[in-house]
Amino acid sequence: MNIAQKTSLVLNQRHLLGIEGLSREMIVGLLDRAEEFVATNRQIDKKQSQLRGRTQINLFFEVSTRTQSSFELAGKRLGADVMNMSVGSSSMRKGETLIDTAITLNAMHPDILVVRHHASGAVELLARKVDCSVINAGDGSHEHPTQALLDALTIRRNKGDIEGLTVTICGDITHSRVARSNIILLNALGARVRVVAPSTLLPPGIERMGVEVYRDMREGLRDADIVMMLRLQRERMSGSFVPSSQEYFHYFGLDQKKLGYAKPDALVMHPGPMNRGVEIESSVADGAQSLIREQVEMGVAVRMAALEALSQNLPNA
Amino acid sequence: MLSDRRPILLTNARIVDPSRDLDFAGDVLLADGVIRDAKRGIGAAGVPEGTEIVDCRGKVVAPGLIDMRAFVGEPGAEYRETLASASQAAAAGGVTTIVMRPDTTPVIDEPAMVDFVMRRARDTAIVHLHTMAALTKGLRGEEMTEFGLLKAAGALAFTDGQHSVTNAQVMRRALTYARDFDALIVHHTEDPDLVGEGVMNEGEFAARLGLVGVPKAAETVMLERDVRLAALSGARYHAASITCAESLEVLRRAKDQGIAITASCSINHVTLNENDVGSYRTFCKVTPPLRAEEDRKALVEALASGLVDIVMSDHDPQDVETKRLPFAEAAPGAIGIETMLSAGLRLVHSGEIQLAKLLAAMSAKPAEVLGLPGGSLRPGSAADVIVLDLDAPWVLDPDELKSKCKNTPFDEARLQGRVVRTIVTGRTVYEFV
Repeated sequence: MNIAQKTSLVLNQRHLLGIEGLSREMIVGLLDRAEEFVATNRQIDKKQSQLRGRTQINLFFEVSTRTQSSFELAGKRLGADVMNMSVGSSSMRKGETLIDTAITLNAMHPDILVVRHHASGAVELLARKVDCSVINAGDGSHEHPTQALLDALTIRRNKGDIEGLTVTICGDITHSRVARSNIILLNALGARVRVVAPSTLLPPGIERMGVEVYRDMREGLRDADIVMMLRLQRERMSGSFVPSSQEYFHYFGLDQKKLGYAKPDALVMHPGPMNRGVEIESSVADGAQSLIREQVEMGVAVRMAALEALSQNLPNA
Repeated sequence: MLSDRRPILLTNARIVDPSRDLDFAGDVLLADGVIRDAKRGIGAAGVPEGTEIVDCRGKVVAPGLIDMRAFVGEPGAEYRETLASASQAAAAGGVTTIVMRPDTTPVIDEPAMVDFVMRRARDTAIVHLHTMAALTKGLRGEEMTEFGLLKAAGALAFTDGQHSVTNAQVMRRALTYARDFDALIVHHTEDPDLVGEGVMNEGEFAARLGLVGVPKAAETVMLERDVRLAALSGARYHAASITCAESLEVLRRAKDQGIAITASCSINHVTLNENDVGSYRTFCKVTPPLRAEEDRKALVEALASGLVDIVMSDHDPQDVETKRLPFAEAAPGAIGIETMLSAGLRLVHSGEIQLAKLLAAMSAKPAEVLGLPGGSLRPGSAADVIVLDLDAPWVLDPDELKSKCKNTPFDEARLQGRVVRTIVTGRTVYEFV
């Protein structure tokens, strides 16, 4: 079944580099379109043709399992030829610069580049050097737009509307691109956004991004509709930012007791991969209030919507 | 124990309560471990049957002292001091609460260690004992400890003892994290690179003695840095041992700016100066070193004005083997918990400071900074009380000291005024007869 021409959305930009700059209408349009892909993804025949003949390169300078496979599947289901390039096998290892890599790939005439890089701003830098569309699949601690979109879709499907919800994002805000993209998106859609973390994991000035800042889970989770947990990288939990994983879990890990501070029907999210027993307890991650698995499903649908929307802008489209 | 838990009436006393700025003649009744009353004319008639009546005519009754920084050798160096021997020495010096340094062996940097020390103290010490926990794991200055869990286990504050955290990023993060838990950071402000091989105050005396000096800048550089970081983080910060006039300037400016900073001086630095090193007296080798007389005077003035909040003993028992060495090779440190008050009374007798101010710096102020009960004679407070004879002249005989080590800079010194009775939770734990 081809649902392509019916409701497809055209982004008024060549790249999807962040949630920043997307209008509310654009966000809602992508979510509406993704909603339709959720249905087609549950069919036996998932194959569509909007991207037939197009080449999509997934260029990952930082290892990823779920995001990369999600983009790969999204591209393939839309009929594109998808190639995965990861840093381990690339010539970056041989000293080639980011720009040279971009120019080299550009010469192969891809239509869409999906890029993840460990440095904030690197994807935008690369986007300026290529002729194709670029999707940011995560740049440093800056943005991860498709994650925020899939989170929004997940919330919308379970809560009906995002407007007026209280969403609490907990954990390593400083180093999280997921947090930044979500803060911008949720604000755009009218949610009340809170962050909870020890001060060492809160960037000074974060309160200016439209969030209420808490340093205590009990206060931060009070009456929350959505509890969004973030991953704490192992190297940050042994004394540099927090003293130990035990202390972190004790004060900031989501267990049943802390979840009890939120609304009784609060839902729990996590972008993955989880550190069970560090930021989240297994019984919560796998419990009835968890949306974590649904987030993964929404990921493919949202990425299909994003790929499709950008492809409308491509030359000869 | 010298007495059971009979109520005690301290009668005909001069009552000095620095927590309420009171100095009046009256009686103090202690019962059930708390101060029942402190007022004029309770008298023998108004007390429960069986009350021990102590005539304190000509004596001062004051809150028991809280010593904010003492090294106790337990665990790891029990030959230097144990919790028991330190508490005996404390009781003889009028100290009813010891706050110990965490740089023991092993280091007190885990909740289980705090628990261990508290349990040992409960079993063996005759005064209250609290511990600070390490600021960084293993005192290495690299990774902060579990402030939340350690505080919950009973750690009063966080310090690396006589180690300074040289990495400013580590210090910034520790202060930032500490703020969330309202944890007090106590920091020894001495830049180890500037200290280098130094063993006494830099200047003429060091030059004459041919000893390597420690510049005052070693202290002020670190203190200046910490003030900036404390301002940045909003954490509560305490300078563990200020020794020179320049540091007081830094402190004054920080306090004027509203930064949450407090500071201690050791009893050594307000009563002694570099001249006391004399001919290489290793008992006067301390860290930071004794400074010039102008510095000492400035510290006493700052104490009187309240700029410096606390006087602590910096009690550091050292074995004869580590002191009977050439000056540069001897270990730094002096015992002081037993003589802190008598030494401090020198300043009162010389008119440099009022008694109430001195007592405040040793009781009410540390209670306030550390969030401890004590330090007050307010009815309902814990019955941690001392009785002082302000005028009794005596000569310090090291053999009579309760401490396991005898490395006192007041060795054979003439002193005036001493503690004659120490009461902890309503029980007399020391009596001078």
